Amino acid sequence: MISHPPLPAPSTRLDLGLRPVWLLVLLGGGGGLFLLSLALGSVSIPFDQVLLILRGGTPEKASWLNIVLKFRLPKAITASLAGAALGVSGLMMQTFFKNPLADPFVLGISSGASLGVALVVLTAGTAGGMLLAGFGLAGDLLLVSAAALGAAVSMLLVLVVASRIHNNMTLLILGLMMGYFVSAIVSLLLYFAIPERIQAYLNWTFGSFSSVTWDQLPLLAGGVGVGLSLALVLTKPLNALLLGERYARSLGMNIPLMRLWIVGATALLAGTVTAFCGPIGFIGIAVPHLCRNLLRTSDHRMLVPASILMGAMLALLVALIAELPGSELVLPLNAVTVFIGAPIVIFVIVRQHHAHETFNL
Amino acid sequence: MMPAILTTHDLTVGYRTRTHTITPIASPLNLALHRGELVCLMGANGVGKSTLMRTLAAMQRPIQGKITLDGQDVSKLPAPALATRLSVVFTDRPELGLMNGYALVALGRHPHTDWTGRLTPHDEDVIRWAIDALGARAFAHRSVMELSDGQRQKLMIARALAQESAVILLDEPTAFLDLPRRVELMQTLQEVAHTTQRAILLSTHDLDLALRSADRLWLLTERGVNVGVPEALIMNGAFASAFHSEGVAFDYASGSFAMAHPKHGVIGLMGEGIEANWTAHALRRVGYEVLMLPFQPTPPCLVVELQATAHGMVWVLTHHHHATSFSTLEALLQHLTQLQHDTISLAHQEVA
Repeated sequence: MISHPPLPAPSTRLDLGLRPVWLLVLLGGGGGLFLLSLALGSVSIPFDQVLLILRGGTPEKASWLNIVLKFRLPKAITASLAGAALGVSGLMMQTFFKNPLADPFVLGISSGASLGVALVVLTAGTAGGMLLAGFGLAGDLLLVSAAALGAAVSMLLVLVVASRIHNNMTLLILGLMMGYFVSAIVSLLLYFAIPERIQAYLNWTFGSFSSVTWDQLPLLAGGVGVGLSLALVLTKPLNALLLGERYARSLGMNIPLMRLWIVGATALLAGTVTAFCGPIGFIGIAVPHLCRNLLRTSDHRMLVPASILMGAMLALLVALIAELPGSELVLPLNAVTVFIGAPIVIFVIVRQHHAHETFNL
Repeated sequence: MMPAILTTHDLTVGYRTRTHTITPIASPLNLALHRGELVCLMGANGVGKSTLMRTLAAMQRPIQGKITLDGQDVSKLPAPALATRLSVVFTDRPELGLMNGYALVALGRHPHTDWTGRLTPHDEDVIRWAIDALGARAFAHRSVMELSDGQRQKLMIARALAQESAVILLDEPTAFLDLPRRVELMQTLQEVAHTTQRAILLSTHDLDLALRSADRLWLLTERGVNVGVPEALIMNGAFASAFHSEGVAFDYASGSFAMAHPKHGVIGLMGEGIEANWTAHALRRVGYEVLMLPFQPTPPCLVVELQATAHGMVWVLTHHHHATSFSTLEALLQHLTQLQHDTISLAHQEVA
């Protein structure tokens, strides 16, 4: 009798292939950038002094206290929240539409917001115009309200349409068409507006993280917090959607309901950010690609937290560069997002082909 | 036979356009799928296989009648409840993200996991079992993007198995596979059906495969559905009539389709074994009706005799007492073609 030795256990480990350690790396990087953006700006403040201020101490120079607490801290928090919101909503849209070019604004949210702002800025009566010309606090608030109203109206519109239309591609095309419509209206308004008002409108379209005050921050944080929580709860249906809608349904997903939740969460995130910061481009499209590339997975249980952290990091980085530390100049945010974001995305896509893998391009 | 798990009650399938309703399959359908059986759904193109499949999978509403799954009306089952009872594998290859084979199969556990999708040890056991059942262990750790169509198909089916549903519907699961892989897959599915008491219904065009492994066939025609053991459907002529078409005839002996009218008449073939079988195959392919002959016939027409020699197989063609031998099958076929083109000059040779 020949006795057979027991077969060796398969050497390859079978698991989901997730690498959660990267989340810690991103968390560390985000924290570092957050502190850096408190220390750097037109005035440089030493790190230990920044930490001292955050702990409630009194720094060497009294003016630093004001700079950090009144300006840089709300701005850094705003940038982190906005970046996280845009990254996650971009991720949801790319998965939902199975399209690597989808971003938070494909549903027409930013178009709605810009129409709201354009209506207020370009057609407001003399009183409104005076306020805006001075660009005081009331003017800011007016802009935020107009953008929020515009975003909210387009959000509702999108939700109504999404609940009636059962085809994602139709939804995508409607979003695009609405965008064209709105830009046509805005062009008309611009054509008949006086130059000062046009300037005010253009300033809004550049985007900014610095106009959110401590008073407004809870609103922004609330909207973004709810949206991000929704995204975290939606990871399972988002994973099922990787196989396409038909398979997702066969796996027990309630497609009409989930469509509403996903569209609703995206609209809330993108709408809130646009209302407070203006239309910030590119972060929403770049962050999901960066995360997929870094973590080598399509699992949303990894990608959603990673997009939150990566989005915050990218927004902080962009804000820091736009600040041009050491100088008095501030660059328009949207120009910097493209300067930073586009090369990263090009590099990642050309080198890793992961967009091809994910989307069968 | 086990009790029926999926049953159709006076079902009419089809689709509605703006002006009228199109129902490709004769109705009403009263079909039953039982636990522990592998059923092949067959039918000519356009007869409504996919429509029936989609309707059974609750992806499309019936025009009339209803479908019950374990006694419950499918159209009234919410999606999560349906997913624990019925899983599907579609024809199209989905665009998969960045995931490994294990993660793909793990998606099949969705109906059983909590809202986070967290896998329990039991879930992991089921996933591994499904991977092993399909023989996918060797490549399950690799990214699905690196895998071949056949390997991905195995993983998609393992995913349906991991769903642990009593019924599995597969729409042309063998379409992207080569022949050995098809046979292998059908054997696997038959084994799964028999050993785990699942009911598996798959649509296929491959008659040969269905004959090899199906417990029963659902044969769709414009006049209705013939249900039965594959061999019985061949013998009673249901098969021939389901795929009836001008110029193609069903060969009852081999269970396959061939050209109805040979172009070049009859040819006799003498010989035995594999070589004789494949020579006959080649002769039929070029348009002869082949008669297997035990001995040299007296009124000689066209006869091929296989002879084993020291140098290998030789084909001897006899035509009006004139014998020519060929060392390859190809040479024989070429000569026969020449013969068709050139019968007159051959006749001249005979006279000379």
